[in-house]
Amino acid sequence: MNWQLLPQFAITGLLNGGPIALTALGLVLIFKSSEVFNFAHGQMLLLGAMVTWWLASDSGAGLPLWAAIIGALLFSMLLGLLIERLALRPMTGQPLLSIILMTLALSQALQGLAILLFGTTQRNFPTIFEVTNPYRITLPFLTYNDNPIVVILRQNLVWSFVVAMVGVGLLWFFFQYTRIGLAMRATADDHETAQAVGIRTRQVFGISWAIAGIIATASGILIATASGLDLSLPLVVLAAFPAVLLGGLESIPGAVIGGLIVGLAQGLVALPNNQFILGPETAQLIRNSAEIIPYVILLIVLMIRPDGLFGRKRIERI
Amino acid sequence: MLRPAGDFDRSYQQDMSVLRQRWQYGLLILGLIALFTLPYYASASTVSLVNRICIFIIAVQGLNMLTGYTGQISLGQAAFMTVGGYISALLVGQAGWNFFFALPVAALGAGLIGLLFGLPSLRVKGFYLVMATLSAQFIIPWFTRNAYRDVLNGAQGLNVPVPMIKLPVIAEQCFLGTTFNPEMGQCVYRFATPGQFIYITLIVLIFTTIIAHNTSRSRLGRALVAIRDNDLAAELLGINLFSYKLRAFFLASVYAGLAGALLAHNLRHINSETVTLVDSILMLGMLVVGGLGTSLGPILGATLIILLHELATVMTPIVISLLPQTATGATAALRPLIFGVALMLFLIFEPRGLAHRWQLIKAAWRLRPFSH
Repeated sequence: MNWQLLPQFAITGLLNGGPIALTALGLVLIFKSSEVFNFAHGQMLLLGAMVTWWLASDSGAGLPLWAAIIGALLFSMLLGLLIERLALRPMTGQPLLSIILMTLALSQALQGLAILLFGTTQRNFPTIFEVTNPYRITLPFLTYNDNPIVVILRQNLVWSFVVAMVGVGLLWFFFQYTRIGLAMRATADDHETAQAVGIRTRQVFGISWAIAGIIATASGILIATASGLDLSLPLVVLAAFPAVLLGGLESIPGAVIGGLIVGLAQGLVALPNNQFILGPETAQLIRNSAEIIPYVILLIVLMIRPDGLFGRKRIERI
Repeated sequence: MLRPAGDFDRSYQQDMSVLRQRWQYGLLILGLIALFTLPYYASASTVSLVNRICIFIIAVQGLNMLTGYTGQISLGQAAFMTVGGYISALLVGQAGWNFFFALPVAALGAGLIGLLFGLPSLRVKGFYLVMATLSAQFIIPWFTRNAYRDVLNGAQGLNVPVPMIKLPVIAEQCFLGTTFNPEMGQCVYRFATPGQFIYITLIVLIFTTIIAHNTSRSRLGRALVAIRDNDLAAELLGINLFSYKLRAFFLASVYAGLAGALLAHNLRHINSETVTLVDSILMLGMLVVGGLGTSLGPILGATLIILLHELATVMTPIVISLLPQTATGATAALRPLIFGVALMLFLIFEPRGLAHRWQLIKAAWRLRPFSH
């Protein structure tokens, strides 16, 4: 095991966990208010990033980047409202299978729409953060064979993480102190009581879908600016599903911690491990397992603690 | 069940029978003849389309047992198809087995893997189980891509041989339509073209349909429905939840294994991309469009959804002429778009599926000229 690389891979993984956490937050938001798990979140990410690209690129609208991002955020807000009104509201009170299938159908329809509008080619997403000139940080206290350990961090990774965490903080503030945020929490706790104190629950559902659309586009932009924009973008979100379950379905801090743990695990399995005890082939297998390690974690969580780290215990009443 | 006046059951046997009238038998036999003679009057592309539909019907019938009757939602059906396809490909291609022995073994192997991923159903249900089966959909294809590369050939996948019947030469003649193959010194019939392969698919489909329909009205099927309707009540009635849920998982995966093996031998190639997560979603969609928990549902649903896919292919040139900049991905765009919109419309306007609509049509026909 190359122990001197451990801090490098751990920190990179943790930073990659930032956008995953933001994505997971979008899923938690909708689940909290309406008990719908949004399988179409990945495609909302894709559409949001695609619209940003189109608004910013010269072959599209050619707007400056900041205007393009604001435009895309507005578009995704409208998309979220539209989805809630046309697809999810008719599903109120339907069985779980119908609701799950509705978001799956939505994911397929949005995927088709994205390809139809923007094609299958890979796009050069505008760089928001500087890619060259990475940060070099010498770790204090730790040395390897008396050499200091230097961690190299790409700037865009660091800043994506920072933006994601600022987004998480803003959402936390929104839920803790604003009137609409408090109304959303009340609706999540109990629909009928919320209605009794005068909260319009329909409006709340609409707002939560609109916010989820904004979060989706924001995380889509962050991921696209780090790893390019093509049709594989929704696959990134598939790493966020386990993060949501790991944190507990209704918990905002849980989603953040779950996202960071998933990112950390993905970073750690990629660590070069030539002297692995089970032989080089198994070592290679583990290095290639970054795409499924979230799902391995998911299976373990489901076996041991299905409610996740911070989720509400479900007690079944007859 | 609505019946016209004067139409009575005259024996218990008739009461239990699936086909009650002579003309129903006649229609069934006519339909089967029409299917079996398909290669003689239909074009090769039609035959291959029917072949694909039949294979997916088998997989959806399995999913129907798990999701339709037992109410356990699974997003892993395509992964178990992959397992069946790989097992059959390895047994026939590398170990040199006969396809007709490899097919049941592949189905059993897929069933056992299905049991493994059904284990979380002991503790979790509903949405959590969806996530557990979704993990099968990631772990199994990843395994075929990365593990045992010398056997499974990584992401490239395996070439799958043509199924063959080998018969010994009797009195210097070959029987049953086989031809003499000098290399093997035996009489050989190769199921190479879709027109030849469809016979295997149809025969398997007939067996799976009979088994699926009869399972649904046996003790097992009623227990599964009881679990779907209220699992706590079912447990109080003495149904061992865990055992019956696992049986449902096993049956579903066996059906998926059969379908996967057939698909692999039909396409003559299998890798981790042959059936994917999208196909799992597609199969759930077929089930809902056809009708959950009915024997007719998988047949109608799979047929309609695959025909919609064909419609997407037909519409591609029109879309390219309208939106020339998306020429590369027009089919890739239209397929999910049409499927997604169709499924959304079904969920909103006809959540009980085509099978329910068919029942309504039959009832209306029997009650004519009165509306109810």
